[in-house]
Amino acid sequence: MTPLLEARDVAIGGRLQATDLEIGSSAMIALIGPNGGGKTSLLRALAAVEMDGGSVVVDGEDIASAAPARRPHLLTFLPASRDAVWPIRARAMIELGLANSDPQRVDRLLEELELVDLANRPINRLSTGERARVLLARALAPCPRILLLDEPLSNLDPYWVLRTLQLLRETVRKTRCSAIVSLHDIDRLQSFDRVLLASSGRIVADLPPDAMLASRELAHSFRIEMGEGGWRVSPPADRRSSP
Amino acid sequence: MSRSGAFLSLALLLLAALHLTTPLGPLLELRRADPALASLLLTELRLPRTLLAAGYGAVLGMTGAALQAMFANPLASPDITGSSSGAALGAVLGAYWFEIADPLALAGFGAGGAGLALAGLLLLAGRRSDTATLLLAGVAIALAAGAATSLLLALAPSPFAFYDSFDWLMGSFVDRSLPQAAAALVPAALACALLVRRARALDLLALGEDVAASLGYQPRGLALEVVALSAVAVGACVSVCGAIGFVGLLAPYAARRISGGHPGRALVPAALIGAILLVLADLAVRLAPAGRVIPVGILTTVVGTPLFIWLVVGMRRRLTS
Repeated sequence: MTPLLEARDVAIGGRLQATDLEIGSSAMIALIGPNGGGKTSLLRALAAVEMDGGSVVVDGEDIASAAPARRPHLLTFLPASRDAVWPIRARAMIELGLANSDPQRVDRLLEELELVDLANRPINRLSTGERARVLLARALAPCPRILLLDEPLSNLDPYWVLRTLQLLRETVRKTRCSAIVSLHDIDRLQSFDRVLLASSGRIVADLPPDAMLASRELAHSFRIEMGEGGWRVSPPADRRSSP
Repeated sequence: MSRSGAFLSLALLLLAALHLTTPLGPLLELRRADPALASLLLTELRLPRTLLAAGYGAVLGMTGAALQAMFANPLASPDITGSSSGAALGAVLGAYWFEIADPLALAGFGAGGAGLALAGLLLLAGRRSDTATLLLAGVAIALAAGAATSLLLALAPSPFAFYDSFDWLMGSFVDRSLPQAAAALVPAALACALLVRRARALDLLALGEDVAASLGYQPRGLALEVVALSAVAVGACVSVCGAIGFVGLLAPYAARRISGGHPGRALVPAALIGAILLVLADLAVRLAPAGRVIPVGILTTVVGTPLFIWLVVGMRRRLTS
């Protein structure tokens, strides 16, 4: 069976080494790694925002050559930035994610993300967390085959962290799409099916959550280790001696 | 939105008709005496002025909206980015140093100057700079272009260059011919038609450059397109009428109230509002005492400056609150 997403040799000069990646359908995949390790670069390359060679194929279609009207059905990309310059209403912001107008779909998303009361507020007047939900709804709107979400859980309160993960799981199950989600909170990895660890511009480990948490690569990349009371910073000597 | 578009179009048509027939007295008198001369007055003298006022206003509104969308900054506009000053520099160079009389060739010089100014701004400030950097870079370019224009005029082979450029560069529609109006408005209309096709891409830029790129719109290509088309439209108009300030800043601001904040969808309403503003301004300068001519560019600056300050104060308050 051909994978839903197939990336070959995607690279960004200086930030992402040539990387291969295959993703099946209905999968929630976490992307973790230290700051500057290449998480965002990998997502940007997969979204064809920036690519110095290589190819990304989703559902049999090459992303780089897909027409603008087709792309939102193949994949959507949610950047980590929550900046908003223009006073566009929340509802209209979600509509921007759709190639063709679909008011019912927007209404559904507004309900699911509990944004109904904010629907007519300009996005630049919303709090960062509220804005994050509107922007997530924009990415979900066209029901893409692949969701590329860069830190969708930051700026969210605990309820919304859990609710977002729940919503992503429902979406993945219902539409048989897959989501690649970058995040920093390694305590959330149990919500995912598979975990990618990006460090020094490449994927250094690709494991199920439990195996990832126990792995040497994770401890080494993050310079932390599991002790009795939970995670703690590795002693400096350890950091130097590790290969 | 389509209803407000129809309303704006109707208002523009009525104002243009008023502009064309004001003052009415002499026109009717002449028609009684010599109907052929009256129609000549209407088509040869008044029509170019009306067309230029409405057309230049539309160009300022639309290019202002496009530049604001591209720089993601509500203060970008042909005047603030220095492109109007660059166009004036190009036109002065063409007119007094290369002694070009053909209006279309002069429009080319204007477009070249505006293009260089915008390219300089992109180099200095980049596409996504903060407001202060954008404004400072724009001011630097406008000042440099203004000084270079004065220098070219002072050293021009013609000793009257300074004197006779006054009427031209201050922004005025008085005594322009139909061929001049065509040289300004035909390239401008083509450029604007191509800009409108980018409305959707400019709307998607509101989601950030990365999202637009992931949807297949390359921000760098889009920026170059907006810059080139704006330079052609602004350059052609400036080479015929001189620089006119603030319309390109304020019309898009009003237009986004109609477009629900969408920067791309604001392009057409901004053009209509810009045209209405400039036709109104050119009607207002006729209230000047008999025998005196107030260049319309001075009026837009006098009225526009307080509105600009109000806008900046509003932005600052939003940033600090």
